[in-house]
Amino acid sequence: MITDLRRRLTIETPEGVAFTIYLAGPFTRFLAWLVDCLILQVASWFVYGIVAAMTPIVGNMGVAVLILFFFASSFAYRIGMEWRFRGQTFGKRLLNLRVVDSSGLRLRFSQIVIRNLLRIVDAMPLFYVLGGVSMLFSKRHQRLGDLAANCVVTYLPDNETPDFKQVLPGKYNSFRDYPHLEGRLRQQVSPQEADLLVQALLRRDSLDAAERVQLYQELGRHFREKTTFPDEATVGITDEQYLRNVVDSVFRGKR
Amino acid sequence: MIIDLERFVAQEQPYWDELQSMLNRMEQEAGAPLGLEDIKRFDYLYQRTASDLARISTFSAEPTTRRFLENLVARAYAEIHETRHTRDRLNAKQWILATFPQTFRRHIRAFHLTVIVTLIGCAFGALVVATDAPAKGVILPFDHLHGNPSDRVAEEESVTEDRMKGHRSQFSAELMANNIRVSITAMALGMTWGVGTLILLFYNGIILGAVSLDYIASGEIVFLLGWLLPHGSIEIPAILLAGQAGLVLAHALIGFGSEHTLRERMRVVTPDLVTLIAGVSLMLIWAGVIEAFFSQYHEPYLPYSLKIAFGTTELIMLYVYLARFGRGDDRASEASREMVTAGTPTQ
Repeated sequence: MITDLRRRLTIETPEGVAFTIYLAGPFTRFLAWLVDCLILQVASWFVYGIVAAMTPIVGNMGVAVLILFFFASSFAYRIGMEWRFRGQTFGKRLLNLRVVDSSGLRLRFSQIVIRNLLRIVDAMPLFYVLGGVSMLFSKRHQRLGDLAANCVVTYLPDNETPDFKQVLPGKYNSFRDYPHLEGRLRQQVSPQEADLLVQALLRRDSLDAAERVQLYQELGRHFREKTTFPDEATVGITDEQYLRNVVDSVFRGKR
Repeated sequence: MIIDLERFVAQEQPYWDELQSMLNRMEQEAGAPLGLEDIKRFDYLYQRTASDLARISTFSAEPTTRRFLENLVARAYAEIHETRHTRDRLNAKQWILATFPQTFRRHIRAFHLTVIVTLIGCAFGALVVATDAPAKGVILPFDHLHGNPSDRVAEEESVTEDRMKGHRSQFSAELMANNIRVSITAMALGMTWGVGTLILLFYNGIILGAVSLDYIASGEIVFLLGWLLPHGSIEIPAILLAGQAGLVLAHALIGFGSEHTLRERMRVVTPDLVTLIAGVSLMLIWAGVIEAFFSQYHEPYLPYSLKIAFGTTELIMLYVYLARFGRGDDRASEASREMVTAGTPTQ
């Protein structure tokens, strides 16, 4: 079994269907915050440059503009971005994070404003200590602003459907000649085992060669024990091919 | 049993893609109305995708497809089940003439508490200055308040040139930014169950009480009123309103006597907090302009009577505004808030 250490929030719809959203942890959120701070810093230099160039014309008004810009941008940037891009700033976008309502509903403007204004308390006494402690102890990784605004920050999965061409055998599956054994195999393989098998094959290229051989060997041994196919069906095929045949037999179903 | 995933995906993918493109369109064009046929189709696609998710969760553990469907269902769920009233565009006139004063009155008890705490602070500050004058140097944060008030008045009235010339705008911007930051802090400290908000209000009261008694005891009451009233008649109530927002937040957090859950309580007060803090910010922008461009000028530049009359007029107008505006709509506004609570889904 693959153990998923990420915290999650499960929401059950009135239709009786449950869906899970993955909650972003403090470290990822810190990185997104850092990216946003860098963007704000660059914007500040840019505005400062413009105002400095215009000082001979606008005089002291330029300093006033700068003071108000620095103050407002610290709140307005995040509020504006999260409102315009449905819970995402540039930093969150880069790290695949999104602020959502904790009941799965649409995020409202007032929620965005409150979660961002309450950064003042989260940042106390310095460097977001209070917010960080709150996130560590909160079941949903919420800082105080999130708690007040009923928000959670979620991790967005890659929005792609799986590519089964990577997993399926690609050539003739010798198990197909034994439909009764394929049927027994389907009955004996649990969804969790099938999941493990698909993941092992999907991640083929990211595994070290020696470790991949060992992993496929162990998995092959495990699945060979489930159902014994005749030698004619298994002779001469590698462990990897054996596993691809298993995936094909399990997921193909009866046609 | 494990479903034939490849065939399942091939068969259902067109519906998922259609739902995804509808969602993208709805998210990009927020507020754009959907036709009846589009709504029916959207509902059908949502139901179908939710049912696909249920099937895949039951019969297959394949995680990538499940995550894809979960993400799709989550997005569609947010669009379909959001029952809270959404205002497409802010009606500024309605907000100023009714929403803000109504919100203030709805939480009037919290406001009364902020006034009481500030007055206790004032009394404490006055007592400290009356009994231990040197303590003024400790409790007052500004250097120009540490000396003898009469000396300061004499100095201010002897000025022959415009000291603020050339940096009025900067001073005004500094005041606005600082006061708005303090107000947001007063509201945000509501998350400390209101303790932080009360301490901040109490401390503000101490400063106000200490300065007032110091000037009154020195016989400079006219100067004090002329100096403080023009901006203070807006600035001090603004800080009290920010404290009110903090106490509203604290009340929702503690939930004493409420039958609603924490999340329901927070959902109800969040728009009110935004309204209050937005109103406070507008008040403080006005106060910042008045303080920099008007309050800092004394006799012989500006007669104290004019400044006092101006400040008093502002205070009366603020009272009338907060107490009277939008009064007829109070019940409708309360009913709309109750709908927010009733429409809150549970998990």
